[in-house]
Amino acid sequence: MRPIPRSLLGILLVIVALLAVFPQFVERYYVQLATKIIVMAIFAMSLDLLVGYTRLVSLGHAAFFGLAGYALAVLQRDLGLVSLWTTLPLTLVVCALAALLVGALAIRTSGIYFIMVTLAIAQMLYYFANDTKALGGSDGMFLATKPTAELFGVAIFDLKNRTTFYYFALAALVASFLVARMVLASLFGRAIDAVRCNEPRARALGFTTWHYKLAMFTIAGTVAGLAGYVGAAQDGIVNPAFLSWHQSGQALVIVILGGMGTLYGPVAGAFVLIVLEDVAAGITEHWLLFIGVFVIAVVLLLPRGIASLPLGDFAGRLFGRGARKRAAAEPGDD
Amino acid sequence: MDVSSFLVQSLNSVQYGFLLFLVASGLTLIFGILGVINLAHGSFFMIGAYLAHWLALKTGNLFVAIALALPLSFLLGLAVERLAIGFLYARDHLYQVLLTYGLILIFNELQRILWGNDVHGVPVPALLSASIPLTEAQSYPLYRFFISIACIGVAAAMYVVIHRTKLGMLIRAGAANREMVELLGFGVKRLYALVFALGAALTAFAGMLSAPVNSVYPGMGEHILIISFVVVVIGGLGSIQGAFVGAMLIGFVDTFGKVFLPEAASLSVYAFMAAVLLWRPQGLFGARPA
Repeated sequence: MRPIPRSLLGILLVIVALLAVFPQFVERYYVQLATKIIVMAIFAMSLDLLVGYTRLVSLGHAAFFGLAGYALAVLQRDLGLVSLWTTLPLTLVVCALAALLVGALAIRTSGIYFIMVTLAIAQMLYYFANDTKALGGSDGMFLATKPTAELFGVAIFDLKNRTTFYYFALAALVASFLVARMVLASLFGRAIDAVRCNEPRARALGFTTWHYKLAMFTIAGTVAGLAGYVGAAQDGIVNPAFLSWHQSGQALVIVILGGMGTLYGPVAGAFVLIVLEDVAAGITEHWLLFIGVFVIAVVLLLPRGIASLPLGDFAGRLFGRGARKRAAAEPGDD
Repeated sequence: MDVSSFLVQSLNSVQYGFLLFLVASGLTLIFGILGVINLAHGSFFMIGAYLAHWLALKTGNLFVAIALALPLSFLLGLAVERLAIGFLYARDHLYQVLLTYGLILIFNELQRILWGNDVHGVPVPALLSASIPLTEAQSYPLYRFFISIACIGVAAAMYVVIHRTKLGMLIRAGAANREMVELLGFGVKRLYALVFALGAALTAFAGMLSAPVNSVYPGMGEHILIISFVVVVIGGLGSIQGAFVGAMLIGFVDTFGKVFLPEAASLSVYAFMAAVLLWRPQGLFGARPA
């Protein structure tokens, strides 16, 4: 894994600090929009683990996003679990098991087949949720309450408060980022690098590449589950749209828009795309037309995403740290 | 299930299988020769259906509408290849997925602008509106027979073109080894544009044929796209033969799944795909192991 350039690290810390104080200064609507961006950022970051770091292009990642939402709803309604401390771990376990199962099937294939198979499996879940009355069919399920955060009978924080919820989502984003960095910096992460760069050679060196890919798929599915949990808890409803392939497609757009294989790129991508959607939707009912044109423009004009823009250079000049030299000395990715 | 309803369901399966074959063969040809994964393939199905609906309304005759809509969709395919897909031949599949995803958003939105969000029915032509009685209680609509026969006609024409003409020879050669065809001095660019437009027209034709049976509605392209992915995964990517066998299998699994397991009907085809993948990850007719 490439280290984050130090000049960018500065930017990242400034952004996190801005995000932390941001709700004090804006209207409620923007706090909710920011929470939505954070949810998509976590989701896209989990997809980046697959697309950017493992070269597994999944078009069915929404399966785990939606599954988490439905798991939370079912845990609340049928088992009466409302506490964050029980529902969150259980939801993540469900998503991890599902990802293990789906991965075991999908990773038998590669390349274009992998794209189609992940899409088909996600679509299967979509139709299952859409056609099952117990899951609310196409209307989806309402969440009776937000998860409660009590410890020894004392409520530590209240997720019903929108600002508190925003900080909760922000904490989930930072935690996902740190966990992903940790995974990628470990020996396991090195092996994943090897699998991406040259799988036959990694296999020849004695790595059971299949296991590594499956492990990464499971981790990515679990993090996507975290995003789905936060997303469903924010909306107070989960419906088949959570599982739809537009959700998967949007995440893929965000990963490429931000720059894959960076983790922070998808966060920037989520910000740009969601804000753009919000603005376009305010202008015309047919805003998806603009998004379509925008997506095509990104593919043709900015294939390596926002992270490839010379922001590091810019920040370096700003802070006078010679980032250009460091950027030039960095080894290329592939 | 008695014999006659079994027969009716089998005929339905075959008819659905043929329609799927038209869509999936376009998808598999475009992948086999251009090396492009085209998510917008389903959009051509939708466009075909909406063109049939719109032109049939204007001209009052479905056959005239199809005759007009076929060249239109061929030209649209050419335009899409020149303006968008053509930039992607050397790029990773990831970018092909994204670009064609963007195309879907555009086509869906254009459909909403041009024809709105309503579901539209398309009347079956009077000539074919009769039903063929099978028993006292059951009959089979003539139009569904017509669909099957039209599809057989197209499939036969495709077979002849691919196996008996110079264009077909180039297509087969291109599917086997693109670089070699290029090295031998054939205009691959034109071949690509032609194959893409033909694939688009085939799919649009399937959409036109199915419009009177299934009516036209927003999002119809995406449903057929994902089912044809399943077909192609089962049959093996790039294989026309595989697309045919896969389409027929899915036709039967889907139709009989709806009869025997109505509550799990939409899952049956995906479960079937999972089973095939466990057995043969490269698909039934896939050449290289995936």
